[in-house]
Amino acid sequence: MMVEKVSRLNPFLRLGTRRVICEEGTPMATTLSSIGIFAVAGILALLGAAKAHDSLFAAHAWIAVIACLIAIFVITRRSGHSDHGAAEEEKYMDGVVRYGAIATMFWGVVGFTAGLVIALQLAFPVLNLDLPFTSFGRLRPLHTSAVVFAFGGNALLCTSFYVVQRTCQARLALGNAAWFVFWGYQLFIVLAATGYVLGITQSREYAEPEWYVDLWLTLVWVVYLLVFLGTLFKRKEPHIYVANWFYLAFIVTIAMLHIVNNLAVPVSFMGSKSYSLFSGVQDALTQWWYGHNAVGFFLTAGFLGMMYYFMPKQAERPVYSYRLSIIHFWSLIFMYIWAGPHHLHYTALPDWAQTLGMVFSIMLWMPSWGGMINGLMTLSGAWDKMRTDPIIRMMVLAVAFYGMSTFEGPMMSIKAVNSLSHYTDWTIGHVHSGALGWVGMISFGAIYFMVPRLWGREQLYSLRLINWHFWLATLGIVVYAAAMWVSGIMQGLMWREYDAQGFLVYSFAESVAAMHPFYVIRAFGGGLYLAGALIMAWNIYCTIKGRKRDEAPMGAPVIAAA
Amino acid sequence: MFKFDHAKIETNATLLMVLSLIVVSIGGLVEIAPLFYLQNTIEKVEGVRPYSPLELMGRNIYIREGCYLCHSQMIRPFRDEVERYGHYSLAAESMYDHPFQWGSKRTGPDLARVGGRYSDDWHVQHLINPQSVVPESVMPKYSFLMNAEIRVDDIEKHLKANRTVGVPYTDEMIKNAKTDLLAQADPDSDGAEDVTARYPKAQVSNFDGDPKKLTEMDALVAYLQMLGTLVDFKSYRAKDNLR
Repeated sequence: MMVEKVSRLNPFLRLGTRRVICEEGTPMATTLSSIGIFAVAGILALLGAAKAHDSLFAAHAWIAVIACLIAIFVITRRSGHSDHGAAEEEKYMDGVVRYGAIATMFWGVVGFTAGLVIALQLAFPVLNLDLPFTSFGRLRPLHTSAVVFAFGGNALLCTSFYVVQRTCQARLALGNAAWFVFWGYQLFIVLAATGYVLGITQSREYAEPEWYVDLWLTLVWVVYLLVFLGTLFKRKEPHIYVANWFYLAFIVTIAMLHIVNNLAVPVSFMGSKSYSLFSGVQDALTQWWYGHNAVGFFLTAGFLGMMYYFMPKQAERPVYSYRLSIIHFWSLIFMYIWAGPHHLHYTALPDWAQTLGMVFSIMLWMPSWGGMINGLMTLSGAWDKMRTDPIIRMMVLAVAFYGMSTFEGPMMSIKAVNSLSHYTDWTIGHVHSGALGWVGMISFGAIYFMVPRLWGREQLYSLRLINWHFWLATLGIVVYAAAMWVSGIMQGLMWREYDAQGFLVYSFAESVAAMHPFYVIRAFGGGLYLAGALIMAWNIYCTIKGRKRDEAPMGAPVIAAA
Repeated sequence: MFKFDHAKIETNATLLMVLSLIVVSIGGLVEIAPLFYLQNTIEKVEGVRPYSPLELMGRNIYIREGCYLCHSQMIRPFRDEVERYGHYSLAAESMYDHPFQWGSKRTGPDLARVGGRYSDDWHVQHLINPQSVVPESVMPKYSFLMNAEIRVDDIEKHLKANRTVGVPYTDEMIKNAKTDLLAQADPDSDGAEDVTARYPKAQVSNFDGDPKKLTEMDALVAYLQMLGTLVDFKSYRAKDNLR
């Protein structure tokens, strides 16, 4: 009733609200004010495009304009029959989680495909296509960001929203702010990705986006923190569940790392180029303090949160040890931060910092394995599910790879080992056994768990397809990691090989040529992993559609021979 | 005796957040903050200077194209690396690098001291078609740099931004940035000598062989040709820096 009054009073507002039938005034007012905000933002972006210092900044301003227009269009279209207003009675806000699950799947396929492309480029350089936009140097950040931030980030966003609501028995706080976080984050991804292809980068690994995109992400991230924290405040359970400790630590720490590592002075406030605040050695350690903890907090702490919720749920067993989770949580987040300097062994970074980084990296092995043990032992008494439940199998493999990578990492941080492994493909293999094995598999497991529940389906479209996914992915990771171990160690040994007369045996070019077969094998492994993800996408699609595949049940008892 | 009970923390979201933030702050503070005040972090060395305008533009192209993803600029103090690439890298050599370009991977060789190793012609040919000079190479072709002209009108802003973050560009350098930018790629110009006066050891050359245009190829080759050339290692004594 109130809405009609408002729209009668103000003909301008009527445009967007004509079809709206609202029960109460508040949601309508929110709709109007959000349209207003997007209109103002769109006009500002338009000004940015007009006044841009360089064409790249203008391109990004246009993307912002388009995003605002889409937002306004969608809000006006949906305001009549939105679930925002009606969902107020619903216990949980799951719309945003559903979108997040689809986004995770979508960006996963994009990121894996980009990885396959650049792997093939290294094996066959002709695939760089001689265009600036498709060269390895521009596509590599596209791959890493798509996988880490788009795939991993969306997995973290949607699972954290899913988990925090259920473990707190509370709906997400701050109304539609969660939607802002979701779409704001997608805009960040689009700006980052288009930026790389166009040539906008700060050259800070895993923090490549330029200053204005960083500012945008900071805003989105602060709202994310507020939504998460607000939901914790609303909880009906007295204790905060362990998964949420990890999610909270991940959100807070990423905010700190992101802000400090991206401090920069732009050339023009209407331009895309900036110069970092720090230089040389200080800049290097700041970057790797960030870089290593992008692994430690984005790719580890957050995903441990996932493990602590979805593994016990899927196994229907409680977490193995409460005490262990306390110890390993605090020691993990304390020690991870120190490990950055192991990326700078034997560089111009002072020795004391290198040694400190190495010592903490080795110590980090223990809290990491604390998490692994807590995850694996959660299955005690339920190990038989490994035979019948491919989702559990996926989660167990994820935790196994977590254990493997968190042993390999401390080993590689030992200076003597690092002198061989640094600058080689060994590091690439290490990262991928963690990313494909741990991050990928635990995310797949969580998505397989959530999707039927989010869409109200009895079961997934097919368990057998999960089995296919499991084996393709596992084989892919093993092929990938093995190829990189061999090529990396070989590379390191070739670079340092001397003959009896005291001359270097190999030229650098010879070591490049020797890598070729392994780059082909690696691409094959990546292809297998991508194939598994495509099968998953199909499985998820059919599940959402409500289909069920006609298939023999998994783990059906084999009739024993007499 | 005081009995610790974790329940206090895990029933209070604010406390949990604040404690987490404190715990994760410590490592960074202890490791990074001292690098800004410990004197022996950066060696005392003669010769390191801010980048000339053309070198700075070349460096920005190096960053834009993601060269650092395959090439390091950090020679470690090992026998094989020193023999292959030259004297190990000093912290002082990247003290004006915003951001640093040490890199983390050697799909291609280290470039910390590539300056002066090859001719300008070689670099141009190599960037246009790497496989034509190094058949084993997996590097992409960068022929498009030959046609991309360098933007001249905002060079002062670039120098000023660098000065804001601590690079000692003088007023004179900023005032003459535009002429220096053009003159470094034009040996016959009046300003050519001023460039080397303001930026010692800067190479003045018609890098890409096309005197009519100031291209990204000019800038990138100018940058590559100065890498690692500023410090004279014949007179550098590491022991002097033990402080």
